[in-house]
Amino acid sequence: MATVSTNEFKNGLKLMFDGEPSTIVENETVKPGKGQAFNRVKIRKLISGKVLEKTIKSGETFDVADVLECDLAYLYCDGEFWHFMNNETFEQIAAEEKAVGDAVKWLVEQDECIITLFNGNPIIVTPPNFVELEVTETDPGLKGDTAGTGGKPATLSTGAVVRVPLFIQIGETIKVDTRTGEYVSRVSK
Amino acid sequence: MSWQPSASIDNIKRRAALLKTIRQFFDSKNVIEVDTPAMSQATTTDPHLHTFDTTFVGPGFANGKTLYLQTSPEFHMKRLLCAGSGAIYQICKSFRNEESGRYHNPEFTMLEWYQPNYTQADLVAEVDQLLQLTLSTEPCDKLTYQQVFIEYTGLDPLADSIAVIRDYALKEDLADFVANEQCKDTLLQLIFCFVIEPKIGLKRPIAISNFPASQASLARIDQDDPRVASRFEFYYCGVELANGFHELSDAQEQLTRFRQDNSVREREGLVAQPIDMNLISALEAGLPDCAGVALGIDRLLMLAMDAKQIKEVISFDVTIC
Repeated sequence: MATVSTNEFKNGLKLMFDGEPSTIVENETVKPGKGQAFNRVKIRKLISGKVLEKTIKSGETFDVADVLECDLAYLYCDGEFWHFMNNETFEQIAAEEKAVGDAVKWLVEQDECIITLFNGNPIIVTPPNFVELEVTETDPGLKGDTAGTGGKPATLSTGAVVRVPLFIQIGETIKVDTRTGEYVSRVSK
Repeated sequence: MSWQPSASIDNIKRRAALLKTIRQFFDSKNVIEVDTPAMSQATTTDPHLHTFDTTFVGPGFANGKTLYLQTSPEFHMKRLLCAGSGAIYQICKSFRNEESGRYHNPEFTMLEWYQPNYTQADLVAEVDQLLQLTLSTEPCDKLTYQQVFIEYTGLDPLADSIAVIRDYALKEDLADFVANEQCKDTLLQLIFCFVIEPKIGLKRPIAISNFPASQASLARIDQDDPRVASRFEFYYCGVELANGFHELSDAQEQLTRFRQDNSVREREGLVAQPIDMNLISALEAGLPDCAGVALGIDRLLMLAMDAKQIKEVISFDVTIC
């Protein structure tokens, strides 16, 4: 397995810490004129999402985490696994619930998601930044109302609930920012 | 490309003014300014310092001769002292590989000076004088390494066993490697860096003296208490500013320490460094009883100008040089 020393640390580098794949968020060297130098690093554990601060001796080496990110299209869920496909090789991969996590409410068939693989297994599913989903349930609003008033909750085809302007009706398709869970615009089809 | 300097022109002017003040300070004390080589055929053996090297090819060295960029002008300056120079100072570039960050640039400006017949306490007083002059600070606080540990951690770094010190570091949850750490000095340095240093020298500079003998570097061992060396450091506002010694003059002991460093290097998988036999010969000829100190000029400037990053006080930092 490839290893890196503290000198090669940089933000975004993916390493094994405590046996878990982690990414470096911040790295600072504490170097006295005489004596042992240290690296103060902030890491995010990829699977749990936990952010930790660690102090390590400069010069120590760490295993590189075998982590790979790829763009895969969402196919379907069979009730237990969520299936994704590489549109070029047609290779398919199944992710379990833990990996899909909150992304489940943004999964649209054929949308390309970023799948993070660790040792070949999917550990994180990141939906596209914007998805288009149909409104399946919402209170009938007032015609002619403009965005900017308080809005109302709307349930989307995936089960996600977002706040939408009052003029949005059942059956309409809307664009949502998955990073914030906020309504962006109405999509005319 | 970013051709612009990392320091403002105003800061570059203030650097010039500070250097002038420092030169006047030494002039008034009849300390002679010297200029020693930046390159040397030998280098430091300190396992924690990483050197730059280059190859000289020329008359007499057709096959190339490795030359090392100095990590400090110490060895050359001591050879001048042995040759009878008397009190000397130097403002020069020093080079340390693998060091870059908020307080580090791989190439930096060092002020180093030596005073014959000075003790550790004499030189601490003189550094304090220079800081008061350049930073308008109050007179510095003074504690020994042992006192500062007792005050801030309750540990006695000289008397307590490695087990007691390790337990403290574990309790404070300082680092994962602590549980398996076999080196007492590494644990002490960890505690010093992360527990003590953030709390000292905040209002006025502090001089920490009498470092443990195991961290003596090139300082002589105290005759009255062989557990400590006559080595001191200055800290101010979270910055390590200066490191000084009552200089070791025993050639044999110096050679032994260089060799010990090299065995540590070999044990840790580092390259053993060529020992500076010119320095050893000079010490054999006789180093006058003296104390010497190295002070980081860039850091002094950072403090004088309240700069947050070293690059704000040097013309072109390593990322744009």
